[in-house]
Amino acid sequence: MTGAICVEGQFAGRLGAFCLDASFTLAPRGITALTGPSGSGKTTLLRCIAGLTRLPGRLTVAGQIWQNMSAFVPTHRRAVGVVFQDASLLSHLSVMRNLTYGQRRAAEPPTIKLDEVVELLGLETLLARSPRNLSGGERQRVSLGRALLSQPRLLLMDEPLSSLDIESKAEIMPYLERLHRALAIPALYVTHDMSEVRRLADHLLEMQAGRIVKAERDVRVGEADDAALAGMTEEAIRKLALEALRAGLG
Amino acid sequence: MEEVIWTTIRLAATTTAILLVLATPLAWWLARSPRWWKEIIAAVAALPIVLPPTVLGFYLLIALAPQSPLIALLHPFGVRTLAFTFTGLVIGSVIYSLPFAVQPLRGAFEAMGDRPMEVAATLRAAPIDAFVTVALPLARRGFVAAAVLVFAHTVGEFGVVLMIGGGVPGKTEVLSIRIYQLVEQLNFVEAHRLALGLLVFAFVVVLAMLLIDRRASRIGI
Repeated sequence: MTGAICVEGQFAGRLGAFCLDASFTLAPRGITALTGPSGSGKTTLLRCIAGLTRLPGRLTVAGQIWQNMSAFVPTHRRAVGVVFQDASLLSHLSVMRNLTYGQRRAAEPPTIKLDEVVELLGLETLLARSPRNLSGGERQRVSLGRALLSQPRLLLMDEPLSSLDIESKAEIMPYLERLHRALAIPALYVTHDMSEVRRLADHLLEMQAGRIVKAERDVRVGEADDAALAGMTEEAIRKLALEALRAGLG
Repeated sequence: MEEVIWTTIRLAATTTAILLVLATPLAWWLARSPRWWKEIIAAVAALPIVLPPTVLGFYLLIALAPQSPLIALLHPFGVRTLAFTFTGLVIGSVIYSLPFAVQPLRGAFEAMGDRPMEVAATLRAAPIDAFVTVALPLARRGFVAAAVLVFAHTVGEFGVVLMIGGGVPGKTEVLSIRIYQLVEQLNFVEAHRLALGLLVFAFVVVLAMLLIDRRASRIGI
């Protein structure tokens, strides 16, 4: 996993009444937020990139063709990590087995190590537990760790916080920010929450009615307050998020 | 008598084993395929529920008899007939109990939804790998239900086994047929004993299934 990972793609096609027509390039580093109103095709685009939905188009990741006119690499052969909206942990496996499920099947020798991920996301105390007994925030952390351990070259997150209550969001946000700083691969983060965009995104893609209507690089401001967050109280973080939200709206 | 019980258990166990293997891919396809005409196949697979066992038994007898073109295909292997044989009985039972395996399995696979298989694919599991390590364990209650239903249903069948098997002592005579014969001979004492045995068996099976189900939902499987 050396060198910059360039992601470049274009999809155009219909899914029932919905029409997707999107071209995009992802920055080789940092989190690209994919925003837009619901129904604008954010999740569909993410699923196309993962190979879970097949629409005509092309996609190249780190020089490898994942899809073009004649080829379609199935999902299980794509080095892609996906965090679904509802965590979708495998309920018959323990947290540990969920984490290692992808790791054991990843082709490359692991560059992302289990103990590193466990530490990064604070999973030590959860390892032996069943996913059924976890809170929403804990589940999503495990899901994130599981995706990372599958040694992806591209990380896709589909509104990972949208199903969480405000406490869980506040609990998981510092972990996401730590991940953000540690992440050496491109990541696409679907959300329509401007405070999340402000906290996590380096770059921005905006969709409307199946099209990319805005693409901005390096939108991030105030990199400094980032490092300070880890030790903050929940209330302080919430206040900051609120300010961020106001700033985003302004 | 032991012989009859042994034949019955052997028949039910063989049928259950074969059906779990055969019905799994069929149920999986029925649960996952987007094609509308899969329901035609589903209806054919469900026919034995509504068909009178004697009708099914009659067709199977014709198909397995010496003059049948199906049996002609087996002539090179030295097979002259499958009617009135244990193998014929197994074939009949497999067809007769097919819906009792397909329905619970299809239900379990459908209840699972698409997501677990998608998750497995994003975690590098090839389709067969994902099926074995994710779909099978998640559908395990469906497998338990299918196995219990098929076993019990096979033990209880009468029309089909009489038509195809003919109740040949030591070969194709099963409990339900023995009871019928005992009643015909007015040997009510013996008939009572067997009938009560089957009644208790049926009760234990149903109770066991309910308890397994209850325990499974309590521990959240």
